[in-house]
Amino acid sequence: MALKFRGVDFIDFDSLLSEDEILVRDNTRKFVEENVIPGIEQWNRDGKFPRELIRPMGELGFYGANLKGYGCAEMSNVEYGLVMQELERGDSGLRSFVSVQSALVMYPIYAFGSDAQKDQWLQAMAKGEKLGCFGLTEPDAGSNPGAMRTRARKDGNEYVLNGEKMWITSGSIADVAVIWAKVDDERGNVRGFLVETDRPGFKAADIHGKWSLRASVTSSLSLQDVRIPASNILPKTEGLKNALMCLNQARYGIAWGGVGAAMAVYDCALQYAQFRKQFRDQPIASHQMVQEKLVWMINEISKAQLLVLHVGRLKDKNRAAHYHISMAKRNNVGIALECARMARDILGANGIADEYPVFRHMANLESVKTYEGTNDVHTLIIGQQITGIDAF
Amino acid sequence: MKILVCMKQVPQKDAPLKLNESGRWIREDISYEVNEPDAYALEEALRQKEKHGGEVVVITAGPGRAQQVLREALAKGADRAIHLEGDEFVGLDPVNTAKAIQAAIKDDAFDLIFTGLQSDDYGFAQTGVILSELLNWPHATIIMQIEKKDGGIRVKRELESGDFQFVEMPLPAVLTIQSGINKLRYATLIGIKQAKNKPLQKKAFADVQSAIGPNLQQIQRLYIPQKTKKTELLEGTSTEVAKKLVEKLRNDVRVL
Repeated sequence: MALKFRGVDFIDFDSLLSEDEILVRDNTRKFVEENVIPGIEQWNRDGKFPRELIRPMGELGFYGANLKGYGCAEMSNVEYGLVMQELERGDSGLRSFVSVQSALVMYPIYAFGSDAQKDQWLQAMAKGEKLGCFGLTEPDAGSNPGAMRTRARKDGNEYVLNGEKMWITSGSIADVAVIWAKVDDERGNVRGFLVETDRPGFKAADIHGKWSLRASVTSSLSLQDVRIPASNILPKTEGLKNALMCLNQARYGIAWGGVGAAMAVYDCALQYAQFRKQFRDQPIASHQMVQEKLVWMINEISKAQLLVLHVGRLKDKNRAAHYHISMAKRNNVGIALECARMARDILGANGIADEYPVFRHMANLESVKTYEGTNDVHTLIIGQQITGIDAF
Repeated sequence: MKILVCMKQVPQKDAPLKLNESGRWIREDISYEVNEPDAYALEEALRQKEKHGGEVVVITAGPGRAQQVLREALAKGADRAIHLEGDEFVGLDPVNTAKAIQAAIKDDAFDLIFTGLQSDDYGFAQTGVILSELLNWPHATIIMQIEKKDGGIRVKRELESGDFQFVEMPLPAVLTIQSGINKLRYATLIGIKQAKNKPLQKKAFADVQSAIGPNLQQIQRLYIPQKTKKTELLEGTSTEVAKKLVEKLRNDVRVL
């Protein structure tokens, strides 16, 4: 039985949004409802990324939505966030794809790239004609990216790159990879490079057997003596902090995404509890223990909405610090996962089948909790900020 | 072609409706959306503009919240909007709504006026037709297709049982548009951004009040149908009971 999403707004959250923000949210919700929801369970089952949605999402302006120029919509951070919320209400994998394209590829080209690089890539990426991926994580360098082994060596007018990257969203479908590597001649300083994926020595292999984010592509990248023109370096990258700046953009979007996933599972659990009858022919929503779960969920979702909206407003004023974003990502993904588990519980056996979206979201959120700074890493970022002591 | 699209904000389809205190209309603390046939009317207007050039203007009558309908239309590509803003517009009957629209557009010269076939709340299907009478323009209803001809248009109307009618008519004219005749576009994020700079003219109830008379049609009472359950035991021999049952099914329940 398919339950239609009804939106979630307990505290009149919409009164905090402008008309345009509501329009952006509702428009994206309509797109997701009509183009994602009908197919997502099958794509998830088949482990298939819906490539047919790439161009339509580009036409709507989802890629690089908060960038200016190059065909981008110059949305506010709150508007951009609402798009992420709605996409993740559909599926975390789809939101991941858009996040990577926008925050991890278009953003670094926009912020750290040369004019030639911007001209070459941004417009085409905004339309979805070109796709990108972000290569930071390695098999042995996850939470500690400073331990990366990928190297770039200057050789005349070229750089030669060698290394392995792992857990790379969109790796095998990308036209260009933003590769972070330690530069030999710069005493191991980390710089960003644009590597076209058709260059000799570049290989992408998909990671199979995932129980999570099955509707998006996750790959490992191998770079063996990949030669790129020296002009492919992102000139304004100065160290690892630039990679972390990209992650900040993405983490901000994920904090909104968490709200979306939590809304999806909460609304499903609520509707289910209202029609599912057990004991004395009464809906299970009449049971105190079910109500307690639903109340916990709406309580946490409402708080998560306020937190991420506040961080978004700060970001629009250029006042959002990385630890603000860490708190929003950590909290919102954390409660989303907890909501998904509770929703699964309320749905009983029905919660394990893909007739309902709950288990899919739950499995997705396990990845979302881990990527872009694990829950623990964000704990340490916040801890460092309040105590002044680095506990990594 | 210069096209006016009359649009209405209506309660969302699956909104839980409750009666208000007067018992004549519903409580307003629900979500609203664009009246579906009006969305198709807008889409058709935008397509006509893309084909033939011109201008698409959207108008709505209703309280502040109704502006959302206009914003969405501007984001989808309408050039400008007129908002007859006020709570007073909510209870107007179709004659007065049509008169208010007529007054609001008196300085404009449109080639075509589109409305949706009917609204999803009152469902009168009258406003467009009455507006054409007030303007002394020809009209056609339940339009599925519009083709521009020399000096006019040729439209396809939906009739009953799958029949269609083709009508040639001069301009200006009023058309009421059927749902589902085209594929609705989404507003793009850039469209939403650009819509902020498009003109949105507001007119108050006072601005059009002189054109409006007392409502000719009034809702006296609105009620939610009571669910009733009645059990009747038929007695007698099985032949008699069967006979009575058939009678009941035929005459009372009318399912046979």
